[in-house]
Amino acid sequence: MQAYLTLTRRDLGAYFLSLTGYLVLAAAMFLLGLSFVDLLEGLRKEPERSPVTELFFNKGYFRSILLLTTPAITMRLFALEKFSGTFETLMTAPVSDLQVVLAKFTAGLVFYLVMWLPLLGCIYLVRYYSNDPAALDVGAVGGTFLGITLLGGLFISLGCCASALTRSQTAAAVLTLAFALALVLPSVLADLIQTQTAWQAKVLACLALPLQAQDFTRGVVDTRPVVLLLTLTFFFLFLTLRVVESRGWK
Amino acid sequence: MSDELMIEVANLTKRYAGQAAVSNISFSVRRGEIVGLLGPNGAGKSTTLRILACYLPATSGTVRVAGLDVYERSDEVRRRIGYMPENNPLHHDMRVREYLKFRGRLKGLSRKRCRERVDVVMEQCGLSEVSRRIIGHLSKGYRQRVGLADALVHEPELLILDEPTIGLDPNQIRSVRQLIKGLGAAHTVVVSTHLLPEAEMTCNRMVIMYEGKILAADTPENLQRLMSSTSQIVAEIAAPAEALKACWTQMPEIEGFDVSPAEGEYFRCALTPRNGMDLRPWIFALVRENGWVLRELTRNRHSLEDIYVQVTKPEEEEEG
Repeated sequence: MQAYLTLTRRDLGAYFLSLTGYLVLAAAMFLLGLSFVDLLEGLRKEPERSPVTELFFNKGYFRSILLLTTPAITMRLFALEKFSGTFETLMTAPVSDLQVVLAKFTAGLVFYLVMWLPLLGCIYLVRYYSNDPAALDVGAVGGTFLGITLLGGLFISLGCCASALTRSQTAAAVLTLAFALALVLPSVLADLIQTQTAWQAKVLACLALPLQAQDFTRGVVDTRPVVLLLTLTFFFLFLTLRVVESRGWK
Repeated sequence: MSDELMIEVANLTKRYAGQAAVSNISFSVRRGEIVGLLGPNGAGKSTTLRILACYLPATSGTVRVAGLDVYERSDEVRRRIGYMPENNPLHHDMRVREYLKFRGRLKGLSRKRCRERVDVVMEQCGLSEVSRRIIGHLSKGYRQRVGLADALVHEPELLILDEPTIGLDPNQIRSVRQLIKGLGAAHTVVVSTHLLPEAEMTCNRMVIMYEGKILAADTPENLQRLMSSTSQIVAEIAAPAEALKACWTQMPEIEGFDVSPAEGEYFRCALTPRNGMDLRPWIFALVRENGWVLRELTRNRHSLEDIYVQVTKPEEEEEG
């Protein structure tokens, strides 16, 4: 446990010691701000009945933030250590492979959540100026953050796996982006196929990960997407662990 | 028996993609010894050390550290060793004290013990004055000390140092060697190098590796003695060339000689003694007896290359 906490603290701290960390925070904040400008502009033209969180979720910005930041957050986790050689000093310390994988995942996820904190500010601003408490409630905000955490967990675990596969941070980022796109693309396609009744749209909606989490933003927590997202996260963490362990295979 | 032996390597082989990096080597290291693993690049030194440090698994053979198998009981072994890899990788974005604390905690030291140990190793490695500096901003010599301090922070029984002096300037090399020598009192040390003088200066015993095999393992003195069988003696003497040649021909102790003119009236005589005898006192006496002038008398020290040639020779002859 001590090794896990020490390592998590180190990896989390490393984000705040690097330029990449601040760039990611700045980029996320910029996109978040932009999406809310867009959102408020729309609301001014015609009022919406849906909660603000759902409106935000339905904008393309959410997916962009998810897609652009997670590769940047995870690319360094293993690849940089392998490149600089510190992976060798790390793995010859008395720590288990599982502790290393979990610590790096936790550090990435915590940083990812820190990155989303400005969303609370944006929501507060909307509430402050709209004078409509019904526009958003605690359930919707809580649900949104649960969705963000679960989706983030999946993408971070995916990124961990990609980063463990290579020594190059660029390769890790590209690999993560490719995997992540494969997961997000069905939801974009489902949006493009307007007729909801078409069987193609139904199939795509089942595959589309971010859509699975759409209910969260209304404050409705369905166990099916929760189980799906958690299962996928565990699957990718398991893969990461196997990749790290493969060093010790005879 | 394993109480006395810190490292037992038996029939160790490591293959990378079919290529043998280390083939069937066996050696052991007693507690408290400083052992030098000597060999040119690609001899398999780093691979051997990485296996010892539990970073790589062996393809076959057994490796035990303090009686524990490095593969089966890797976690316990890792608690007992301090390992500094080649090129000494460090987190360049951290400060010295912060890094050592991180490593100490990672290696399982309690908060209080960690603080104490960090102070001790910083003092020991001469890092106290740079404790708040960022590692990336330090000179290579200081970084090397940070690597050593990291290896020492959890008081390991065994220290494994892979080329600790590579890329340092002569002064830094000297101070790192001094440090390693000092460590021998409390730890068992295995250090790899491709420099013979370094191994001679710091180690009680040397293991010479070449192309994944062990060529020789002995004390520096014994290896030197082995070498001296082909050592050469060089003497620069002011005397008639003919007289010198006649002298050397008559001497049964000299196997071969070469006399060439040097500056002035001096001649440079390169003598190969039979059975590695040290002819220097005898030559001095001869010069005095004849009233000649002597300005240089040296026994050639052997380079590592000569050792390889020497140790590989019997094998080649057998093959031939």
